[in-house]
Amino acid sequence: MSTSLILLSLLVIGIAAYVMASSRANALSGGKSSNLHSRPGYYGSYAAVWAMLPSLIVLALWLSISPSIIETSIRGAFPDEVKAQPAATQNLNYGMVSAIARGLPKLTAEEVAGITDGSIDIQAKLGEKGVPLAGAAEPYMIEGAKNLTAKTAVSRLVMTGVVLLLAVAGAAYGLRSVAPRFRARNQVERVMLWGLIVASSIAILTTIGIVLSMLSEAARFFAMVPASDFFFGTVWDPRFAGAGGTSTEGQFGLIPLLAGTLYIGFVAMLVAVPVGLFAAIYMAEYASPRLRSLAKPLLEVLAGIPTIVYGFFALVTVGPFLRDLSQQVNGLVTGNYMNFIQAQSVLTAGIVMGIMLIPYVSSLSDDIITAVPRAMRDGSLGLGATRSETIKKVILPAALPGIVGALLMTASRAIGETMIVVLAAGVAARIDINPFEPMTTVTVKIVSQLTGDLEFTSPQTLVAFALGITLFCITLCLNIYALYIVRKYREQYE
Amino acid sequence: MTNIVSPVAGAVSPAAAPRRDIGIKRRYAAERRFRAYGIAAITFGVVFLILLLSTVIRNGYTAFQQTAITIPVEISEKLIDPDNKRATDPSVLIAANYPAVVRDAIVKQLGIDPSKRTEVREAAAMISKGAPIQLRNLVVANPALIGTTVNVTFLADANIDSANKGQIDLNVPEANRKVSDTQIGWMNQLKSAGAIEKQFNTGLFTSGNSSRPEAAGLGVALVGSLYLMLIVLALSLPIGVAASIYLEEFAPKNKLTDLIEVNINNLAAVPSIVYGLLGLSVFINFAGFPRSASLVGGLVLTLMTLPTIIIATRAALRAVPPSIRSAALGLGASKMQMVFHHVLPLAMPGILTGTIIGLAHALGETAPLLLIGMVAFVADIPGTPLEPSTALPVQIYMWANEAERAFVERTSGAIIVLLLFLILMNLGAILLRRRFERRW
Repeated sequence: MSTSLILLSLLVIGIAAYVMASSRANALSGGKSSNLHSRPGYYGSYAAVWAMLPSLIVLALWLSISPSIIETSIRGAFPDEVKAQPAATQNLNYGMVSAIARGLPKLTAEEVAGITDGSIDIQAKLGEKGVPLAGAAEPYMIEGAKNLTAKTAVSRLVMTGVVLLLAVAGAAYGLRSVAPRFRARNQVERVMLWGLIVASSIAILTTIGIVLSMLSEAARFFAMVPASDFFFGTVWDPRFAGAGGTSTEGQFGLIPLLAGTLYIGFVAMLVAVPVGLFAAIYMAEYASPRLRSLAKPLLEVLAGIPTIVYGFFALVTVGPFLRDLSQQVNGLVTGNYMNFIQAQSVLTAGIVMGIMLIPYVSSLSDDIITAVPRAMRDGSLGLGATRSETIKKVILPAALPGIVGALLMTASRAIGETMIVVLAAGVAARIDINPFEPMTTVTVKIVSQLTGDLEFTSPQTLVAFALGITLFCITLCLNIYALYIVRKYREQYE
Repeated sequence: MTNIVSPVAGAVSPAAAPRRDIGIKRRYAAERRFRAYGIAAITFGVVFLILLLSTVIRNGYTAFQQTAITIPVEISEKLIDPDNKRATDPSVLIAANYPAVVRDAIVKQLGIDPSKRTEVREAAAMISKGAPIQLRNLVVANPALIGTTVNVTFLADANIDSANKGQIDLNVPEANRKVSDTQIGWMNQLKSAGAIEKQFNTGLFTSGNSSRPEAAGLGVALVGSLYLMLIVLALSLPIGVAASIYLEEFAPKNKLTDLIEVNINNLAAVPSIVYGLLGLSVFINFAGFPRSASLVGGLVLTLMTLPTIIIATRAALRAVPPSIRSAALGLGASKMQMVFHHVLPLAMPGILTGTIIGLAHALGETAPLLLIGMVAFVADIPGTPLEPSTALPVQIYMWANEAERAFVERTSGAIIVLLLFLILMNLGAILLRRRFERRW
C-alpha cells in the first residue's frame, strides 16, 4: 500500500471511530445529554484520537527509520573488496543499487532474467525505461538491488499491517471506554494541550536547528581551514575546486567580506537614518492627521516591496544613472569623459538599501517618539521653546535609547540583506575606502558559494556555513542588545 | 546667571522700552528649516517610491504584449519526408528539417531571392528560434498537413519584438544595434501586409523558462510560487496559531516560556538567508529531500513566516477583552472551550490579517530559495511539489542576470506580476481588517 493510501485509510478509520463512539455515547445518554460527563462529540474525538495518533506516530517512525536499516543490511551484503573502497565510492555504489531497484519494477520477467545472466545490457535497458544509471552495473549491484526491492516490499507490507492493526485496535479501545461517567473531554483536552505545546516548541527547535546545522557544517570547514585563517585572513580567494576535487588551496579571509558588509551597511544607514528620522519626527510632531494617514502608508509600501525589486532597480536604473552622472561630471571638470563611479558599487548598493530601510527607521522611531509622555512636551512648549527646540532638546534626548535600539535593529537588517547586494554591489572581495568601487558582502558570498553544483566535502561550499554562523551571531547580538535597550527604555515611562 | 538678571533689570527701567532680543527671528527660521527637513525627508521617500514603480512599469508594461508573425507555411513533403517513409517510421517527422520550412516560408512571404544567403539568414532571424519546434509539434500532431499550405502564427524574434514596440533607437548606427535596416524594412513590409501584429502575451503566464527572451515565461514560477504559498499557509497558520494560543493562554510564566518569547522575537529578525542555510543542511542534506523542490522551499518559508504569524496572532488574542473569557468560564466552559469557542473566533480577523501579511512577505522572499536550489533552469511546469521548480522572485533574479534588452522587459513584466499579487494580498488584509476589526 502506498503511504497516501495508508493515510487515507487511517482517516477513514478515524472518522468511523468518531461516528461510532459519538452515536454510542448518544445511545448511552438515553436522550438526556446531562447523563453524560462530556458532550457526545468528545467521546467521538477520544476514539478518533486513539485510532489515529498512535498509528500515525508508528507510521512516521517507520518511514523515517526503515530505509537506513535496509541500507545497512544491503551494504553489509556487498562483497568484501567493495566494502574496502573509500566512503564516497561506496555511496556512489549504493546510489547505483537504489537506481537499479527503482528501474527493476519497470522491466518484464524475461528482461530481469536477461539482466541477471548478463545477456542484456542493464544500463541501456534501464535508460530506455527512463532510469539513467551513472555507470556500468556489476553483478553484485543487481543482486543488491533485487535484495533491496524485496526487503522494501516486506517492510512496507509489515508496516501497513502494523499501522492498520494499531488503528483498529485504538478505535476499539476508544469505543470500549465510552461510558456515561467517563471524562472524555478532559482526556481530549489534554491531547490538545500537548499539541499546542509541541507547536510552540517548533520555534525553539528552529533556533536549535539553525545553530546546530550551521555549527556542524562550520566545524567541518574549520577542520580543513584553521579558524584563525578564516577570521583574520585578509584575502578571499576560494578557488573553486573541480568536481570531485577537495583541494584546500583557496584562501578564506573573512575580513574583506566583513569590511564590504559594514561599509555598504554604513552607506545605507547614512541614507536611511536622517531621512527616516526626519520623516518620523515630522509625522509624529507636525503633520496633520490627513497628511499622516497618507504619507505613513506610502512610506510603508517601501517596506512591502520585495528586496529583489530593489536589487533590479539598482541594477538597471540607479547604477547606470550614477555611472553616467560621474561620466558627465568628470567630463565637465577635467574634460576626460571617464566614469569614476562603477555601475556596481558600494554607493549604488548603499543608496538603494538605504531607501529600503527608510520605513524601518521611520516607523520604529515614530512609535518611540509618540511614546514620550505628553507632559514633557507641554512643559517645554509652555516654557516658550519652539517646537523644533522641544524636539531637539526634550523629546529626542528622552527617546534616544529607544531610537538607538531602533537603529540597531535596522542595522542588523542592513547586514543581513541579500538580494540588493547580490545584484548591485559586485562580487569582488576587496578592502577599499573608495565607495565608487564594487565591494562584496558576506551574504553575496554565501549565495555564490552555494549556487551551482554542490559538494558537501569541499571547503569551498562549507565556508558558506561559517559565513552564515558569523552573520547569525552578529545580527543576533545586535538584536538582543536592541531589544534590551528598548525594553529598558519602555519601563522608564510606564 | 547674568543673562537671566539682565532682562529683569531692563524691565525695571521703563524708559528703555526696546523688546528684549530672544533671537525670535533666528529661532523661527530654525523652526522653518527643521520643518522643511521633515517635508524633504518624506518627499525623498515618496519620490523614490514613485521613481521605482514608474521605472518598473515603464520598462515592463510592454511585456504583456508580444509581436507575432502570421505567414502561410508550405509544409512541403520534399523537405520533411523526402523518402515518404513516415507511415513506417514516424521518427522521420521528428528529425525533419523544420528550420528550412520556416525559412522558406518567410523568404517567400518577403519575396527575397533564395540564392542571396545573407539576406535569407537575416530574414530567418526575424522569427523566433522556437518556431521550428512549434511547427514540428504541429506536424507530428497532424501528419495530414504535409503537402498543404497553412497559415501559422509564429513568435517574432525578441529583437524584432523590441523594434516593433519602438524600443530600438533607429538613429544609432546600424552596426551598433541588433536589428538591421533591411530587417526594419521587412518588418514594415509585413506590417503593411497585416502579417505582423501585437497580441496579448499569454506565453508570459504559461511558458516555462527559456534562454530565448521571446519564449521565456513565468508559468513554472507561478506554479512554484503557488505551491510555496499553499505549503506555507497549510503549515504556518495552524502551527502559528497553536503556538500563540499556548503562549498567550496556557503557558505558565516561567524561564522556559520566557525563553520561547525572546526566541520568537529574535527569529523574526534573523536574516532570511540564514533560513536558506538551515533548509539546505537540515531538509536537503540531513533529511534527504530533493533539491530545487518547492516542498523544501515551502518548509523553509514556513519557518521564516512562523515568527511573524505568531507575533500577529498573539497581538490579536491579547486584544480580545478579558470579560469575554470570564463570561465563558463563568458559564461553565473549560479553558480549552473558552479559547476555541470564544476567544479564537473573535481574534480570527486579526490572525488572518497577520497571516496574509506574512504570506505576502514570503511570496517576495528570494535569498533562501536560491540556497536550496530553486534557482534551477526549469522548462516544464512541475506537477507536484516534489519536482524541480522556481518561484516568482527567483525567476526575476534569473532574468535580471541576463544581458539582453528583451530580458529587462520580461523582468520588469515579472516584477509587475509579483507586485500585483502583493497588492492584492495586502488589499485583502486591509479589507479584512476594515470589515471585521472590532474595537472593544
